Amino acid sequence: MMAAPGIQARFACKVGTFELDVDLNLPGSGLTALFGHSGCGKTTLLRCMAGLQAAEGIMRVNGDEWQNKTGSRPVHQRPLAYVFQETSLFPHLSVKRNLMYGYKRIPQSDRQISFDQAVEWLGLSRLLGRMPEKLSGGERQRVAIARALLTSPRLLLMDEPLSALDQASKLDIMPYLEALRDNLAIPMLYVSHSTAEVARLADHIVMMDGGRVVAEGPLQQIMARTNQPFGLEKDAGVILDATLSERDEQWHLCRADFGGGHLWLRADESLMIGHKIRLQVLARDVSLARSKQTDQSIQNLLPAIVDEVAFEVSPGTSIVRLLAGQTPFLSRLTSRAVHTLALEPGQQVWMQIKSVAIVD
Amino acid sequence: MDIYWEPVWLTLKLAGFTTAILLVVGTPIAWWLARSHHWIRQPIAAIVALPLVLPPTVLGFYLLVLMGPKGMVGQITEQLGLGLLPFTFEGLVIASVIYSLPFTVQPLQNAFASINQQLLEVASTLRASPRDQFFSIVIPLARPGFLTASVLTFAHTIGEFGVVLMIGGNIPGETKVLSVAIYDHVESLEYTQAHWLAAGMVVFSFVVLVTLYSLNGRLQSGLVK
Repeated sequence: MMAAPGIQARFACKVGTFELDVDLNLPGSGLTALFGHSGCGKTTLLRCMAGLQAAEGIMRVNGDEWQNKTGSRPVHQRPLAYVFQETSLFPHLSVKRNLMYGYKRIPQSDRQISFDQAVEWLGLSRLLGRMPEKLSGGERQRVAIARALLTSPRLLLMDEPLSALDQASKLDIMPYLEALRDNLAIPMLYVSHSTAEVARLADHIVMMDGGRVVAEGPLQQIMARTNQPFGLEKDAGVILDATLSERDEQWHLCRADFGGGHLWLRADESLMIGHKIRLQVLARDVSLARSKQTDQSIQNLLPAIVDEVAFEVSPGTSIVRLLAGQTPFLSRLTSRAVHTLALEPGQQVWMQIKSVAIVD
Repeated sequence: MDIYWEPVWLTLKLAGFTTAILLVVGTPIAWWLARSHHWIRQPIAAIVALPLVLPPTVLGFYLLVLMGPKGMVGQITEQLGLGLLPFTFEGLVIASVIYSLPFTVQPLQNAFASINQQLLEVASTLRASPRDQFFSIVIPLARPGFLTASVLTFAHTIGEFGVVLMIGGNIPGETKVLSVAIYDHVESLEYTQAHWLAAGMVVFSFVVLVTLYSLNGRLQSGLVK
């Protein structure tokens, strides 16, 4: 059989009254977020993929078949790594021996990530001699990630690895995860219920509800849909990948270019010309005008075409999808405003963007 | 002097064999009891605990019948050319293993049950087979349980009397263990000899328990260090 790239996951199982039923074809590289409320089945799906949860189905990873109709490989024979939500270090082993646990169990020829590399990536060199009890929550999770990587996995599964941590530890680990996403050729599946984590980390997103997939696709596309599932419309916003092209030293601003134009951001010492950054523009920060309004404070004004109007997504609220060039934006307006402006697809309008967040 | 030391030596030998055998036999039973959800788990747990509540004479009596010339076990051992087990050291070992079974299984079962199941899942995602998980995770984490089980089994075997009397009788060098020897001395009004052995038992038991408690304390803090 031809080795098909990508991850095929088809599962049907019942746990108590909960039913999981999914059929997914996911990209074989980059970070895919499994996103949804708690109880939506995202963790169950991840456990099925790993083989930790018995389920009928099919699981293929870049041509390697882990499970089909006739049988399922036991977890310990699958080339995967799994980072658990709660701390999962072996309490009787030092950090070093925890890291070695998986590393020494894979054949030497399969070791693509060296011990020193993993220790350096996750910044663990000072912790090697310690016992897990003596580590902070963030440190423990970094050890768990390094230990997982040291099995040189072909699929990295992460079940809300940051959810048990305080805000400071989360911010501490985030850059490590970004570096892994950018530097490793290993596909990653990342379970999360946090919009902020997903916006920052994901390339691809699977939205789940009630054991089923409700939306799936590249992050930018999915985030720019007007019909956000399960009341996400309050936090709805588009994600843009942009490049910094100019600094305005006088006004402390930076220009970020994207496919459909440019936006000005508050300059910050860490922003360098040529850097690629990821921006989030929330729908509630975009207002619309029929003509270019220059006698007001908002500086980021972009011409756009109305693409779709979702009238009354919730009482009194409507969401408008716009295109600036090929780049989609969302604007959250009162339904009366949509009515008064008589917004319709194809119309030329000006977007007034009040705030832009750098998420990465 | 040999008359004194022979029962002591025999008792230690019996307790040693019993403990060693029970650690091998009791570990899988305790593991299964700690993990299984099968309906048969409760009846098995009850059978394992029976020696705790039965008078030792009841246990000894049935073992005697079973291992005797008309009993099922007796007929098998005779056909295998092993002879009959009652009133031999081997018979005593078998009886002690059954008698002390709960003292091995219960501490081990508790130790196994307190191990976080997720650690085994973690180990499986790190390529450890179930067998490998048992040796690399379960046994080290259950170390205090193994220590408690060994000491309790050893000490309990040393103290047994009723079962020995039923199945072993009173053969010097073969089945005459400490407790029987003390009984013997008292019967023949040799109180001095009885005192020596009895006081020795008290001191021994005390030392064993103190050692157990302090070792367990140190093991537990050892995990944290």
